[in-house]
Formats: sequence, structure tokens, C-alpha cells
Amino acid sequence: MSAERIKERMSGNEAVAEAIRQVNPDVMPAFPITPSTEIPQMVANFISNGKIDTEFIPVESEHSAMSAAIGAEAAGARTMTATSSAGLALMWEELLLAASNRLPIVLTLVNRTLSGPININCDHSDGMGARDTGWIQIYAENNQEAYDNYIQAYPIAEDPRVHLPVMICQDGFITSHAVENIDLLPDDAVRQFVGDYRPEEYLLNPGKPVSVGPYSISAYAMEAKKNQEDAMERARDVILETAARFQNLSGRKYGFFEQYKTKDAEIIFLLMGSAAGTAKQAVDELREKGKKAGVLKLRVFRPFPEKEIAEALRNAKGVAILDRCESYNGCGGPLGSEVTAALFRHKVQIEAVNYIYGLAGRDFTVTHVKELYEEMHLVCTGEKKAVQHQYVGLRKEN
Amino acid sequence: MKNTIEIRWHGRGGQGAKTAALLLADAAFQTGQQVQGFPEYGPERMGAPITAYNRISKEQIRVHSNIYEPDYVVVVDETLLYSVDVTAGLKREGAIIINTAKSKKEVMKYLHGYKGEVITIDARAISEEMLGKNFPNIPMLGAVAAVTGVMEREDFFREMEKSFRHKFAKKPEVIEGNQKALYAAYEAVAYSREMSLSA
Amino acid sequence: MKTDISKINEQTPHEELTEGLMIFAGGTAKRFRTGEWRTNTPVFDRDKCKQCLLCVPVCPDGSIPMVGEERGMFDYEHCKGCGICARVCPFGAITMKEGITA
Repeated sequence: MSAERIKERMSGNEAVAEAIRQVNPDVMPAFPITPSTEIPQMVANFISNGKIDTEFIPVESEHSAMSAAIGAEAAGARTMTATSSAGLALMWEELLLAASNRLPIVLTLVNRTLSGPININCDHSDGMGARDTGWIQIYAENNQEAYDNYIQAYPIAEDPRVHLPVMICQDGFITSHAVENIDLLPDDAVRQFVGDYRPEEYLLNPGKPVSVGPYSISAYAMEAKKNQEDAMERARDVILETAARFQNLSGRKYGFFEQYKTKDAEIIFLLMGSAAGTAKQAVDELREKGKKAGVLKLRVFRPFPEKEIAEALRNAKGVAILDRCESYNGCGGPLGSEVTAALFRHKVQIEAVNYIYGLAGRDFTVTHVKELYEEMHLVCTGEKKAVQHQYVGLRKEN
Repeated sequence: MKNTIEIRWHGRGGQGAKTAALLLADAAFQTGQQVQGFPEYGPERMGAPITAYNRISKEQIRVHSNIYEPDYVVVVDETLLYSVDVTAGLKREGAIIINTAKSKKEVMKYLHGYKGEVITIDARAISEEMLGKNFPNIPMLGAVAAVTGVMEREDFFREMEKSFRHKFAKKPEVIEGNQKALYAAYEAVAYSREMSLSA
Repeated sequence: MKTDISKINEQTPHEELTEGLMIFAGGTAKRFRTGEWRTNTPVFDRDKCKQCLLCVPVCPDGSIPMVGEERGMFDYEHCKGCGICARVCPFGAITMKEGITA
């Protein structure tokens, strides 16, 4: 049954705060950092105005925020936090513990570059840096997707087949601080969709003692890591089932990625986050001139939908893989590495060129996409040799 | 009206250019349009030059970049004319709206030969008269609405009044002044454009 | 997966281990017989003991049980033979003996 659509306009941060209000989680430990600060601020307002009864824990650092989140979730409380950039970096060791202790915490990440040089603007280096911490990662193009993804996060995280933490990511300032149209769901529809949290085993359960996170000798630890990886693989089905259920509710369709005009596309732009919208606009303008371009907007980065991406690209001539993050590995970004590995494993032999764009808030425009199309076209016709790892929008010598 | 109107605001931190851009998005949303309102963020504080943007459209807005070829430019602080190339990329068939007490002829010197429409409005004087203080963003918002025609006149004033009631829920005494400032600027600009068209 | 810890050992395949290696019971350390690690064994001389109880709280393995108001005999199933109790005893009532038996 489709729910009523409430027409609104709000920023990405407001949209996530609204979703939090509707879900009413039990505990939120958080420490402020730009550009995610508004989220705990708005949640604190909801609490003091009596709109929700979430227990807000002011902490002295993000390390403490994630530690408190782990404690609260292990105790049996539905828990969340919000952060950005250096805040996520400071949570590092705790992120790994949240995942290995199989705690379904939800973190809303407002993507901001990692220092240095110190800068407050958007890129994906914070989220990408945490890509191997065992968290499910879902990226949003706009405020609507940030809202929708947050609502889907708990049903994914808390599913007994998964029991893993989920990171809901949106682009700092570009969507977090931009006011745009949005369709909200009614409170009761969201609450019903997310459901009550009834963990089977938790610390504050009188008469049923458990130990969480015990020391593990080598004879057990590798087995535990394999189990964690299996849960990440099982998350694929749960993410798709949750998306299908969400579509019934909202009418909005989600999957591992969105394919925009890729069916007959010769050149596909593969990217994540707000820049995907810009790329779609460019694709429309290219199509008007008869140029067969498409966009593959990756939504779920962890678990990485390797096979599905390879199949989606199989019939194209070339793919421009756009990373909003530098790996400093001397050959490209994280998406570049993982997508090309996927193509190789599934024997999809197309031109694959990895570009770096939008670092530390560098703007990415429709014109950039059109220029990349022309270059990819020459690469695919063999008129130009592909140059990997180019920076888009970098100042050139005069 | 073409499908998407793009507006670039130039102001100084603290003058409310960002607030004005968000209020415009708000009002346009209320009239059923697709909107975007966003500032360009940096470490800037009070007095630093800042930029804010609006896209207003009948269709879904997907582009998430800054605006380089705006239909309209709004300059909330005339001193920016000396340091910022405010007409950069501004479309010939568009317009620039400048808060100044100076004549059009005087400010033209700083517009790098811009050939499109130039509108001046003394937002400071209007604000000081109606609000007793210099909050130039609200009269500038009125001027923008008059020039761009993104909303019908009545719709604009009705929705702005609602926004003021919401925004100033704890300071109801300033609602009337803001509404008056908005109205005065709108009418002044509409009148002067009518005069210049008939001239 | 909720599994009885007594059914898990170093031959258990990963599918049968608990989620996050959680332990679903209390006091499970008792089942871990650290007494097997002992190379020296404390010997208790009841005649010299004044029941000052200094030895009880310093034992890292809780292997000196209280019986009523007095300390009881060592729990050799869990005593690792570290010798801290012998060091702390002011009356020479505990001596360390080489080997695994008293």
C-alpha cells in the first residue's frame, strides 16, 4: 500500500534529521563537526521540544561517540550517530569494532574531505577511507535519497541475516546545505516500515548474561572474520528486499545502483553522490545531439555489487569511472580499482578510464561531463590512447 | 518563462544573501515549483564576499554544481563591484540587480561592459525606512521577484508573509516591516522598469 | 547463532561459531581450566595461617575461595601457580613447590 506523499522543501541535513525524528531511535551519542553538525543540533531540538524521546549523549570526541554507540547498541538500544571527515577518522578503531561485534548501528555521514590541506568541503575521502571497516555504505544523490536511505538503514542493519552497521552518506554542503524539493512519508508509515527494535540477545537483559567482544585467539578469530564477510554478502539480498518493500511504500525505486539511459549507451559515466545528477543532465544534453551516453549511479558501495556492475557495463564501449577521492596508490581512486577488477573478473573487455574529480569541494559541472564524453569517444574509436588517473577541473598552465 | 531560471547572489557574510536565496526557494516551492537554494561555503565570516545560488524550475532539478551562466545576478553590497567580477557569465538577455544609491550610469563603469539590463535599487534606504535598520536582503528579494517574474505578484507576497510569520515567530514586531520593505522594493523596481520600457 | 559454549572447540567450523563470537552464558571462565598451566604449586600450611586474608584478594584467578569467614583450600583447577599469594603472606603459611601437585 502506497503511503501519502508530503511535499516539502528542505536541506539534506534537515531531511536526515526529519527521518531521525520519524524513526525515534533510542540513543544518539554525537560530537559536532562541519558539515554534519546540524543533524545532532536538530535532533537535540526535537528532544528538548518533546517530539522524540531519544537519549542524546554529548561526548568529548567522535572516538567516544562511536564507543558510546557500541555500548548502547550492545546494551539493546537502537542507536545512531552522525559525523563527517576527521570525525569519522577519529572513530576508526571503533568502526571496526561496531562491525565485528555485529552491532546494527546507523551512522549518517555527511561527506567532507579529510585533511590536509585542511578544508571543509565535499569529497568522498572520509567514506572511502572507511570502506574496509565492515560497514555497509549507501550513498545519496540528493536530499530525497538521503532521507529514503536512512529509513531503509535500520531494516537492513537489524535483519538477523545481516547484523552489521550501516553508513548513510550524502555530499557535504552540496546536498547537506542545499534546499531542494522532497517528498516525505507520514510518521506512522515510517515507524511501521522500520518497526520496533527487538534484539534477541543484548547486555541489559536480566537473567540472560552475554559477553560482547571477548578476546579471541587465532583459532577462532579468522573464523569470526569469515562470518562477518558472509553477513556482508547476505546483506545484498536484504538491501534489495528492503528496497522493494520501500518501493511499495513510497513508489520510489532503489537498487544497488541506478542506470540512467544506459540501455543503448556507448559511453557510461560511473559515479556516486550528488555529481550523478549533474551527469544525468549532461547525458540528456548529449543525447539531444545524438550522442549515446548514460550514467550508472552507484548507490551501494559496500557490499560492492561487482557482478551486477560488470553486467551493466558489458554492452558499452567504454566507461568513465569517476572517483571523488584519491587513493594515493599511484594509479587511481577506489572506484577505479574495484570497478576495473569487476570488469576483469567477469571478462567484460571495454575501455575503462579512471578520473579523479571534485576533491575538497572542487566544482563538477555539466561541461566537465561533456568534455569527458568527447575524450572517451576518441578513446573508444581508437583515435586517442586512454590516459588513466587524470584530474577533472584541475587548473592548467596558461 | 524558460524551464529553469538560475540566479546568483553576491553579498557579504552577515548581510543575509544566503537567507534571501533560501527564502526565495521557499516562496517558489510554495507556488508548486521545483527549487534549489544553496550557498557556496568556505571558512568565510562576517564581511567576507559570499555567493549563494537559486535554481527555479518547472521540472526536477538534478544539476548539483554552482551557476556559471546565470540568468540573473543580485548584488546585495555595492562595494563588491570593485573587487568581484559580478557579471561573469551573466546572460545578455538576463539582468543584474544592484543595491546602491548611485545612478545606473555610475555603476555601469564596474560592469565590464555588460550589455543586458541593469537595475539599481537603494535597498539600504528602503530597509532603514521600513525596518529602522540596514537589512538589505529583504528589499533585494522583492526586487528579484519583480525582475525575474518567477512567481505571480500575489503569490509571492502571500507566501513571503507566511515565511516571515514562520521565521520571525518569536519576533512578530518585525513581520510588518519586512513585508513593507519587500513590497516597496518590488513596486519601485516594477515601476522603474515600466518607465524605461515605455521610454 | 546462539550456541552452547561447551559445544564449541578449536575444531568447530566457522558456520557453527556464535555471531561476533558472543558468549551466551555467565561465569564461563570456570570452564577454562587454567590449572593445567601450572609449573609451581602453592602449598598451604594451616597451622601458620592467622586468617589475615591478605592472600584472597590478590589472587588473579580467584583461586583462594572463602569458606564462611576463613580462607579455604586452593582451587587447583584454576590456580596458575603465579606465587603472588606466597609473596604476600606475612606468616610463611604459603610456600611454592616445584611441580604440578602440592
